[in-house]
Amino acid sequence: MGAFVVRRVWQMLPTMLGVVLLVFMLFNWVGGDPAYILAGKMANAEAIANIRHQLGVDQSYPMQLWIFIRQIVTFDFGLSWATGEPVSHIIATRLGPSLTVLIPLTVLETLIGIALALAVAFVRGSPTDRAVMIACTVGMSISILVYIIVLQYGLAYKMGLFPVQGWGQGLRENLLRYAALPILIGLAVSIAPTLRLYRSFVLDEVGQDYVRTARAKGLGERRVMWVHVLRNAAIPIVTHVMASLPALLIGAFLLERFFGIPGIGREVILAVERSDFPVIKAITVYVAVATMVFNLLTDLMYQALDPRVKLA
Amino acid sequence: MTAATLTGPPAGLWTLAWRRLRADRVAMLSLAVVAAFLLMLALSASGVVAADWEDEVGVNYAPPGFVGAGVAGAAPSVALPEQAALPDNPFDPLADDIRALKAQLAARADAAPARARRATLPFGGDKWGHDIIKKTIKGGETSIVVGLAAAALAVGIGTVFGALSGYWGGVVDDVFNWFYSIFTAIPSVLMILAVAAVLQQRGVATIVLILGLTGWTGPYRLIRAEYIKHKGREYVLAADAIGASHWRKMFSHIFPNVSHVALVQLSILVVGFIKAEVILSFLGFGVPVGVVSWGSMLNEAQNELILGRWWQLTAAAIAMALLVTAFSLLTDALRDALDPKVK
Repeated sequence: MGAFVVRRVWQMLPTMLGVVLLVFMLFNWVGGDPAYILAGKMANAEAIANIRHQLGVDQSYPMQLWIFIRQIVTFDFGLSWATGEPVSHIIATRLGPSLTVLIPLTVLETLIGIALALAVAFVRGSPTDRAVMIACTVGMSISILVYIIVLQYGLAYKMGLFPVQGWGQGLRENLLRYAALPILIGLAVSIAPTLRLYRSFVLDEVGQDYVRTARAKGLGERRVMWVHVLRNAAIPIVTHVMASLPALLIGAFLLERFFGIPGIGREVILAVERSDFPVIKAITVYVAVATMVFNLLTDLMYQALDPRVKLA
Repeated sequence: MTAATLTGPPAGLWTLAWRRLRADRVAMLSLAVVAAFLLMLALSASGVVAADWEDEVGVNYAPPGFVGAGVAGAAPSVALPEQAALPDNPFDPLADDIRALKAQLAARADAAPARARRATLPFGGDKWGHDIIKKTIKGGETSIVVGLAAAALAVGIGTVFGALSGYWGGVVDDVFNWFYSIFTAIPSVLMILAVAAVLQQRGVATIVLILGLTGWTGPYRLIRAEYIKHKGREYVLAADAIGASHWRKMFSHIFPNVSHVALVQLSILVVGFIKAEVILSFLGFGVPVGVVSWGSMLNEAQNELILGRWWQLTAAAIAMALLVTAFSLLTDALRDALDPKVK
């Protein structure tokens, strides 16, 4: 176990180095000279040279790369170019609102997805199953933008059931008042793909021998599905949930933008709009780290779910 | 094809797949819808239809014909009051130029008498009175072209990388796998936004590049697995025996046998990229000003909806949902038809 973790972390290093190199090349080489963005329209040569010196871009590329790596390791990406706020502070304060929306959303989505997938798998092949699958395909093909625009307009603006947008101070107020509609919309958007995916996981299992054995020894269909099949279908489901968590942190950017939630996703959009490279660089690197760590956690959870899995 | 003389016409993979597809009514219907969209795209790109979408044919925010002109959301269709000619400012150094410009404008207005703007349009008008139906067709052209081109680029990169990686194995495989692990460590949304932030300039070619360069990982993984499976097969050994070069074995012998994987990946990516283009253009990182796409239409529609003008939103949403639904159903059917083992 311990040796496994050490080896996996060791294997992450080349990937991590690649991510750092990729981000570095994108922003320091393809992105052009940031001094011209920062200095504004009325820049003189002296001001530009000064900014270049402050940012370290007047140094050689290997030196710049070294500065970048040092920034990653020390969590100190300097100041945001747009607002002058420390980048580490931006990330720390934006994480809370993002998680306030994401954790309930993920939990609800997974539970509802599993329940519906098992329910649909009960009647697999029937007209109901086919109708649900077609409804899912149609639901998935409507742009998330349309869901957000229409539901925000209908439920919040017209009917006044929820605040149109905003964010408060306390967790309770945020969760129950401001995050409610974004979570609801997130569910409406994500339930169709989730259901389709989980249904395929469940259907992969129902043809297995152990299911026939369970039925043969006289267990009810309900127990077969909820205990025997679910336990085995849980492995791909857990993989899916864990693997999509870091991406979801960014993926909710449309919800955060529309509802004025000060989260990570909205910060990325703002940073892209304002060419605020330090913020994008920092978020990209740390989200990549999070993705790798979550992949490792997923592997560790496999063993908890299925004792046959050997961590080699 | 010597086998043909012995056993009658052999049914190849594609013939069999086509037969299976023909038997599937949902697939044929969605194929028809997709074909209709592509036909519309061809007509619009060649300028046969919707070339004049920028004509301001209706009043601003003209409501759809079936709703009627008197709907609450519609702008009052009063013509702008003719501005009384302002007296010349004696201190204006540009007075002469302005007088000349005014004369020019007046001449143009006389030459082309303003066509009566219609109070309603078949499916309404936007802020400038453009016909929504034509605008949706034109917007669809942009969105579909971006989706197709970006998917072709992504599958092209993925196929070449996957072929090299799977065929050669060893160090080549390690290097491409390293690439793959880097690109999959960064969530694609973040990757797309980061590249958009760096590339600054907006344009159709830019979006195609962004989506294509970030989306190759899926096809790469599958094509690589296929090449690993195929490179030891007898027909490849036979090709080797007759002295076929590596390049020929990779792309003339093996590729036709794995091309169905590439095709399914292509259609999956087209759907994903059309959706991605809509979101990018909506956020303003996509198509440039002056080019219409479904995303830029949704962007305008967002503000119009608050004023009760729902037609642009509805038109773009329905057109997109219809295409994406048909395309997804077709993709599912295509996968089932080409790979009957997986069900």
